Order: sequence, then C-alpha cells, then structure tokens
Amino acid sequence: MTTKEALYNYSLRMGDNALILGHRLSEWCSKAPIIEEDLALTNVALDMIGRAQAFLKYSAILKNEGQTEDDLAYCRSEKEYHNHLITEQPNGDFAHTIARQLYISIFEYHFFSHLEQSADVEFAAIAAKAVKEVKYHREHAIDWTIRLGDGTAESHKRMQAAINDLWMWTGELFEMDEVDTILLKDGISVDLAPIRDLWKKELDKVLLEAMLVFPEAEYMQSGSRKGIHTENMGHILSEMQYLQRAYPDAKW
Amino acid sequence: MYVSKQKHMHNEHTDEHFQFRIDNGEYIEPRDYMPEAYRKNLIRQISQHAHSEVIGMQPEGNWITRAPSLRSKQILLAKIQDEGGHGLYLYSAAETLGVSRTEMIEQLHAGKAKYSNIFNYPSLNWADIGAIGWLVDGAAIVNQVSLQRTSYGPYSRAMVRICKEESFHQRQGYEIMATMMKGTKDQQAMAQDAMNRWWWPALMMFGPHDTDSPHSKDAMKWKIKRETNDELRQKFIDKTIPQAELIGLTVPDKDLKWNEAAKKYDHGEINWEEFYSVIKGDGPCNKQRLSHHIKYHEDGVWVREAAEAHKLKTNLSVV
Ligand SMILES: [Fe+2]
Ligand SMILES: [Fe+2]
Repeated sequence: MTTKEALYNYSLRMGDNALILGHRLSEWCSKAPIIEEDLALTNVALDMIGRAQAFLKYSAILKNEGQTEDDLAYCRSEKEYHNHLITEQPNGDFAHTIARQLYISIFEYHFFSHLEQSADVEFAAIAAKAVKEVKYHREHAIDWTIRLGDGTAESHKRMQAAINDLWMWTGELFEMDEVDTILLKDGISVDLAPIRDLWKKELDKVLLEAMLVFPEAEYMQSGSRKGIHTENMGHILSEMQYLQRAYPDAKW
Repeated sequence: MYVSKQKHMHNEHTDEHFQFRIDNGEYIEPRDYMPEAYRKNLIRQISQHAHSEVIGMQPEGNWITRAPSLRSKQILLAKIQDEGGHGLYLYSAAETLGVSRTEMIEQLHAGKAKYSNIFNYPSLNWADIGAIGWLVDGAAIVNQVSLQRTSYGPYSRAMVRICKEESFHQRQGYEIMATMMKGTKDQQAMAQDAMNRWWWPALMMFGPHDTDSPHSKDAMKWKIKRETNDELRQKFIDKTIPQAELIGLTVPDKDLKWNEAAKKYDHGEINWEEFYSVIKGDGPCNKQRLSHHIKYHEDGVWVREAAEAHKLKTNLSVV
C-alpha cells in the first residue's frame, strides 16, 4: 500500500464515520423528548454531515478520478464503506443514543485533538474544526449520561443498559491496521494506543459520577476495516442512496 | 409609536382605554391591561402558530435521510431546526399570556388546539421539499410579514425574528424546484407533481374567505391581524405566479388569468369542502401527524422526569 492509498483510506474512514453517525442522529428529527433536544441532536447531525463532506471531498481529490464528495457518499456499495460499526447501531431509546454519543464523542475529542497536529495539512485543518465541535458533543453526552444515571430508577436502569449494550462496539475505535501504521511513520495518523488510555480514564470518571458501572464484558465486535458491517448498514444505505440509485442520471 | 402610559393612567384598566391604545398603534405588553377575549384570541392564534412550526417538522423530516446530496441534507436539516426554533419562540410568546408549554401541548393532543392544515398533506417525492419551502414557507411569510405589526409586543417581536429565516427557506425551496425543472424528465415530472399537490393547500393556508372567517372580525379590531385572509392570499398569488412561470411550472388552475384592470391575478374557486373536511380531521395525514407527536411526547416522559429529578437533587445538594 502506498502512502497515497493509505491517505485515501484514512480520509474515507473518517468521512464514513461522520456520514453514518450523522444519518443516525438526523433520524431523531421531530422525535426527541423535548424540542430543545431535537435541536441539539440536529446540531450534532449537522456537524457530522459537514465533517463528512470535508473528508469525502478530500478523499475524492486524493483518488483523483473525477469523483465528488457526493459520489463517494451516495454511490458506493456496502463493503466499500469503512465507518465504525458503532455509528450504524440503531438510535434505540434516548439512553442508547446518549451512550453511543458518549463513547464516540470522548473518543473523537482525544482523536481529533491529536490529528490536529497531523503532518497532513488538510487533516490538521479538518481536525481543528472537528475538535471545536466535538467539545460540545462531548459535553452534551456527558451531561445527559449524568442526568439519566442519577435521575430516576427507570432512567438509571435504561442508561446502564445502553452503556452495556453498546460496549461491544467500542473496541473497534482503537484498532489499527496497515493504513494507520504507514501514515504513523510520517506523523500523519494518530497512534490509538494512548488515545485508548485517555478515553478509558475519562469514561471511568463520567460513569462514576453518573453512578453507573463500567462494563466488564470482554467480547468486542469488529469488521469495519474490512467493510464487514452489521445488518443495519444495508438499510441505512437503501434509504440514503434511494434517489441516487433510482435516478442515476439526475443532478440534484 | 409608544405613547407614555401616564397620559391615560386614570382609566387604564378598561376596555375603552385598551381599544384607545390599539387604535393609537401602541403595542400591548404582557403586564398591560387586556380584555380576556383578546388574551384568549391571542393564545389560540400563537399556540396554533407554535404547533404548526413543530408539526411542520414531520413532512420535511420525512426526507432528511433520503436527501440526495450532502448539501441538500444540510440545508434541509438546518431548515427543520429553524422551524423547531420558531416553535420555541412562539411557545415563549404564548407563555407571557399565562399558559404553559405543557398545557398547550395537552390541548394539541386533546384536539382542542389546532395547527396549520397544510401539514396534514404528505410529502411524497423530493420535489415536495422544494414545494414546501417555496409555497408553504412562501405563504407563511406573507402572513408573518403582516404579523410583524401585530398589536401584542412579544408576538410581534417573535415574528420579526422568524421572518428573517423564513425568507431563506423560501429561496432554498425555490432553488430545489428550479434545479429539478432544469433536470431530467423524471425530475421535471416530480416538480410538477409537487406543484399540483401543494398549490391549492397553500392557498387554503390563508383561511376561509373574509366573509366566512369566524375569528377575523375581533382579530382585525384588536389589530392581532392587520390584513384580511383574502388580501393576504392575493398577495401570495401575485408574487408566486411569475416565479412558477419563470422555471416552467404550470399552476394547476385553469381559471387563473391576469386581470389587467385590477393589476392582479384572478383565480379559480378554492375547494372549501376539502378545506373544512381536513380541518375537521378528515385529511390524508391528520391522524398520522398527531399520533406521531403524541407517541414521541410519551416516549420522552421518562427522560423529562429524569432531568427534573436530577435538577431537584442537584439543587438540594447545593443548598
Ligand atoms: Fe417557521
Ligand atoms: Fe420556514
């Protein structure tokens, strides 16, 4: 694998993470517990779609085959997407969405804080913007985790269940393969081992404050690096790509 | 237009004085004297307006996950977010009249408070997102520009904020329609189909003819409304027809023609039977919209209770 190919893959992964999480969050529209929360979740979704646009645009440039960010977002087949499996997990109840946000936003905060120093200028620039946004996502997720963990017996039970249910998808956040290691040599990618420690430490603190138990299960599911998804992904794509697939000649 | 209060201090708690202030072009503020009927009329109108913004998120939300480009997805998400924000300003404006958001939502769920009939129609193809922005927000703007001068201060100020965003929505909707009319045969057909389905319901948004409008007389006297239903509808028609023609859309009204003498468009008769039947509850999406709102409101109960309980505990531990 050349550095250029690795760059493309790295950029694509980050684009896909943002794209699919943005898709899931946008499903909350008109369904949140209060309007304020509808707006807050839409805000996060908007940040994600904007970030997907930036990374996919860069991916298209790196690939240099005349594609646009929309071609990449809408015209690939399932196996060509490399988003973390946690991003495609269903919204579930509000606690599940918050747990998903908690795991991802703490990870992304530390990840993008490091990617901000990337030797690749484009990655550094997108990461700098992402860090600012993720600060809010993280704060939002932490606040709700504490509120729900501490709130009522029911909310506590639901929040703990959500934390447990989504745990098995978190191992993948820290997986590294050839793409990561090639770029690491040039100071382009982020070493995920120290990120994992930062993530665990912060998560531990939040769960403690929320009076929730840190999950112990060891089984972790992975697949995104190889384009192996969960059953959810096909449904997400058939919805997302509907118009592009049904009217391939149309410009929107 | 603010006239010093002292001048009329001696009799400021009377309906006569209130009407004097209205006629004088003053804004009425929450602590000012107002007749009970004025307050009720406002609560009815503002809460209906707030509910409309919120229920209106549903037909547009129907296309978010299927928006055909990243840009259009962002624009649509941001637009729907604006509408939710409008709902919030308006609930706050209504709260200044002594009714809570919870009560307003209860009235909505009980079928006692209405929302705009337009949202009882389905959004069936992507061009509907264009048509809603262009026609529905377009009609709303005509109404809301007029309401910027409504006599109740908080409502008027909410309208000023809202109007700025609505004109973006209208332009973005029109842009979708224009893009589709320049596109493939399928896209043009979708755009025309959307036009055919949304045109008449958009005209109905202004309400019945002035002669048949039950709330209009008082609302005009109190300057809650500043222009009549028919006047506003005419404004909308006159501004929209040239826009439709410019991009090659046909307005689905065979009686539509330019009246040179009156310098306005004459239009065909609106199907009032349909209008009243949808208001009564017999429309394509009435049940769907309301049960959606009720379902997710109920799904959220445990979250709201948890937030409340946590707040209480936190406050207690601070004391
Ligand atoms: Fe609005
Ligand atoms: Fe709008």
